[in-house]
Amino acid sequence: MTAPLLYALAGALLCGLGLFGLLCLSHLLRKLLAFNVMGSGVFLVMVGLPQHQGGPDPVPQALVLTGIVVAIAATALAVVLIRRYYHLSGLTTLDAEPTSREGGQE
Amino acid sequence: MTLWLMAGLLFTPLAWAVLTLLTDFSRGRLVSWAGILVQVLVSLGLWLAVARDGGFYYGLGGWDAPLGIELRVDGLAVTFVLLTAVVAGACGLHAGAYIDPDKPWHRYFWPLFWFLWSGLNAVWLGGDLFNLYVGLELISLSAVGLVALGGQAGALRASLRYLLAALLGSLAYLLGVALIYGQFGTLSIAGVATWLSDHPVPSGSGMALALMIAGLALKTALFPLHRWLPPAHGIAKSPVSALLSALVVKASFYIAARLWLELGQPIGSLAAAQLIGLLGSAAVVWGSWLACRQQRLKQVVAYSSVAQIGYLFLLFPLTFSVSETVSLQAQQGMTLQVISHALAKAAMFLAAGNLILSVGSNRVDALAGVSRFLPFSLFSFGLAGVSLMSLPPSGGFAAKWLLLQASLGSGQWWWVLVLLAGGLLSAAYIFRIYRASFLESSGTDQFFHPSRSLEVIPLILAMLALGLGLASDQVLTVMALPFEGEGAP
Repeated sequence: MTAPLLYALAGALLCGLGLFGLLCLSHLLRKLLAFNVMGSGVFLVMVGLPQHQGGPDPVPQALVLTGIVVAIAATALAVVLIRRYYHLSGLTTLDAEPTSREGGQE
Repeated sequence: MTLWLMAGLLFTPLAWAVLTLLTDFSRGRLVSWAGILVQVLVSLGLWLAVARDGGFYYGLGGWDAPLGIELRVDGLAVTFVLLTAVVAGACGLHAGAYIDPDKPWHRYFWPLFWFLWSGLNAVWLGGDLFNLYVGLELISLSAVGLVALGGQAGALRASLRYLLAALLGSLAYLLGVALIYGQFGTLSIAGVATWLSDHPVPSGSGMALALMIAGLALKTALFPLHRWLPPAHGIAKSPVSALLSALVVKASFYIAARLWLELGQPIGSLAAAQLIGLLGSAAVVWGSWLACRQQRLKQVVAYSSVAQIGYLFLLFPLTFSVSETVSLQAQQGMTLQVISHALAKAAMFLAAGNLILSVGSNRVDALAGVSRFLPFSLFSFGLAGVSLMSLPPSGGFAAKWLLLQASLGSGQWWWVLVLLAGGLLSAAYIFRIYRASFLESSGTDQFFHPSRSLEVIPLILAMLALGLGLASDQVLTVMALPFEGEGAP
């Protein structure tokens, strides 16, 4: 097994873990952490998989920097929303219905 | 000249986003109206320039790909840029009068609005997969912020659901991009397509395409991944719902469609194309059916979006392994559907906002008697409905007519049934609203009258959606303009 393949597989594993967490955990902060784990997995695949003449490829490293900035922005927004949601409703999950239901029966 | 137009197009939204961050809502409104004027003029100028001279590649800041950001300015892209300018401009004007300037958190409306606009332009013009990702994220994050602007627990709940769905979709897309780069060593869609035309298809590249399209389908709210959309679009302020339904979901669909048109033939498979078409059809039927059963006015319109998005995905089976003419018909039908739905749905949400403002309740049965007081908004709602029901001569009719011809031309007659069922069901949910508004119940006669400008804007948008059917030939010729590929693909 070559090093790039090892990175890619580890990245895929992290992605799977993150996906599982995002779908199955109910606490919003845990969901957010799972999203970050999944994001790290994607970045690992992105940096690890491409090889440029036997060495690491510089382009994806630049891309991942941008990706990290985007992920931080998304995490910050999510934290603010979760905090405000908790203040207003006292809930930390999306499972329990607040007193008035918005969506109508689906 | 085009240099200045491009600079204006890309610079204004970002500059205005920062500028409006410094002011409160009322002053931000004045600043933004100036910005909307600039943006509409620049988009119109660019559209005319491309209609005259054809498309071109534009390296941002003089840097070419792969290090710089290369924009692909073709007929389709400038048409969508112009559509964005029209719809977002109308929503901006409407929002200026509709949104209450006294609530302190509403001052964030304008910065989010402008960031959303810049993200949309970035997606229409983007030529490489990673910049499309950045554009998509810019759109999602500002759209989530706009939904949360309602401030209530329900709005935050809807926006959190939306945020989680959007982030998951983006990551799936980004994983696909990582695999594509690992495989082909390029991020440009055209570059991958060129590589594939000279080499045999490497095994496993289907998975990258599947990941990207699945992620984008989640962001476009394709059935059965649509459950985040109705709460978010239903609870947002009406101008925001209009922006989200008209433009935001189209951005992710646009990327999926471009991926499929360039890479679908070599990498995709017949089963995948049919499956996506089937999910689109299910969305048409199920979305319309649920729209008929909603108790709240804006939920009806939101579920109608789920249904109308379903039509777009018929593009996938209708362009796979078919003759050149059929594929072209399907692409034209899809483009007209995007444009007519954007105009009609924006008009419908804005008119629905006026109706809710007038009766003071968001329930369908509260509309009883409103037809005597607000015929203008109700008329716009109906005109937009004509386009959604795809009656001639609306843009919706022209779109579905082309899709119908494409399905018959390719021998896939089963999509015709979907088109017919969708039209009938949409008539059902629109007439339901009308029936409610003409009922004379014993209720109050207290109706609030929104200002004239609030009523005129949806009417203009609905008229445009209706008129699109008559002008569809001119619109389609600009999109089919020759493209000079002078930049490195």
